[in-house]
Amino acid sequence: MDTARLREIAWNGLWKQNPGLVQLLGLCPILAISTNLVNAVSLGLATILVMGLVNLVIATLRNLIPYEVRIPVFVLIIAAVVTVVDLAFNAWLHELYLVLGIFIPLIVTNCIVLARVEAFAAKNEIGASAVDGIAMGVGLVCVLAVLGGIRELVGSGTLLAGIDLVFAGSQPLTVFGDDYPGFLVAILPPGAFITLGCLIAARNWLDSRAARPSATAAPQAPEPATA
Amino acid sequence: MTTEYTASRTSLRTATVMVLFALGFTALMASMYGLTRPVIEASAQAARMSLVGEVLPASAYDNALLDDAVRLGLTPELGLPQGGLVYRARRNGQPAALVFEAGSNEGYAGRIDLVVAVLADGKTSGVRVVQHKETPGLGDYIDQRKDKNRSHPWITTFNGLSYAEVGAKGWRVRKDGGQFDSHTGATISARAVTNAVARVLDFEAAHRQRLYAAPPGSPL
Repeated sequence: MDTARLREIAWNGLWKQNPGLVQLLGLCPILAISTNLVNAVSLGLATILVMGLVNLVIATLRNLIPYEVRIPVFVLIIAAVVTVVDLAFNAWLHELYLVLGIFIPLIVTNCIVLARVEAFAAKNEIGASAVDGIAMGVGLVCVLAVLGGIRELVGSGTLLAGIDLVFAGSQPLTVFGDDYPGFLVAILPPGAFITLGCLIAARNWLDSRAARPSATAAPQAPEPATA
Repeated sequence: MTTEYTASRTSLRTATVMVLFALGFTALMASMYGLTRPVIEASAQAARMSLVGEVLPASAYDNALLDDAVRLGLTPELGLPQGGLVYRARRNGQPAALVFEAGSNEGYAGRIDLVVAVLADGKTSGVRVVQHKETPGLGDYIDQRKDKNRSHPWITTFNGLSYAEVGAKGWRVRKDGGQFDSHTGATISARAVTNAVARVLDFEAAHRQRLYAAPPGSPL
């Protein structure tokens, strides 16, 4: 695997095919969990781990899986890997589990995992697949961090609430002071949709702006979402 | 290897592969479960213990309280449609306190799960909200971790009070004519907790002897 290909895979995950902003897959957990920065990043980190691992396992077994029944077999493998990760975290990394634990089972319902397995790991070699899973996860973490940060800041005027569960003794930042009344809409589900919509718009604007200076290139249509 | 692909042959092969995958990954999960179970149970026990520690000081009892529990079946009085446990704290063999699992359906959004510790003289030792879905920033002050009043969280207003002294009329939120304050605009959450605690105290007073006397592990 050469560096050009590696860079392409990473760029796909982080920007071009970003799971949160372009593929728009796995919106259910993304919107539900991104009420604050710490939760959002925690879910993202758990997703990186699961996606890297699942892509790795499926790429390893890809030649054994009959094409006609690949989807049920993928679902079986994803569910099994997530269960094993969940149990292992609970038993041996219990401190981390208390923070990430509730997010790991949520990832089973996240169709971004199945989508990457089907679109990438089933057709590519082991190393590239693992990198793809991790890159997609990192792309998701970035979106989740921005989404969670904005919602928490606007909604409750703080940043990093709950950080004391991750690093004992650390304090959340109170950005707007103690008498900030809060803006409940940002924390409730509509706020998640509105914020995500703004982020998608911002990403598309940046993309079209980047395409403009090179006058030869026609305004680039955003990549179609594969749902 | 033959290159003859008939329908029955293909489906048989596919089915075999699927069964093998299912068997393989089920075995993986089962062995992982067996491997991790003792560790997970130990930490679940520790988590339960630290929750009990929040509502009942460790100095109040000297028995292995988690092993000295009675199981309640369906108990609507405590808001337990699936039953729950009552842990019994004893000191020198004498009854010290009962720790109840309880719940309420009167919340603004969904079930509220509580742990209530009641001392042997009927006084409340402590109450904690374990799980709830009340509106963030509005009704979630019933959860001590979310309460902005750090020095005197709302949930501690019950501490040291007994149902017999306060009376059924007084053990309500102020809006219902009782003595307990609630935050303006979020009375429902406070009312749900207050009423649930009242029901636990009432239940405790009515069944105290039986609860302390029942053999450990038995259903009441």
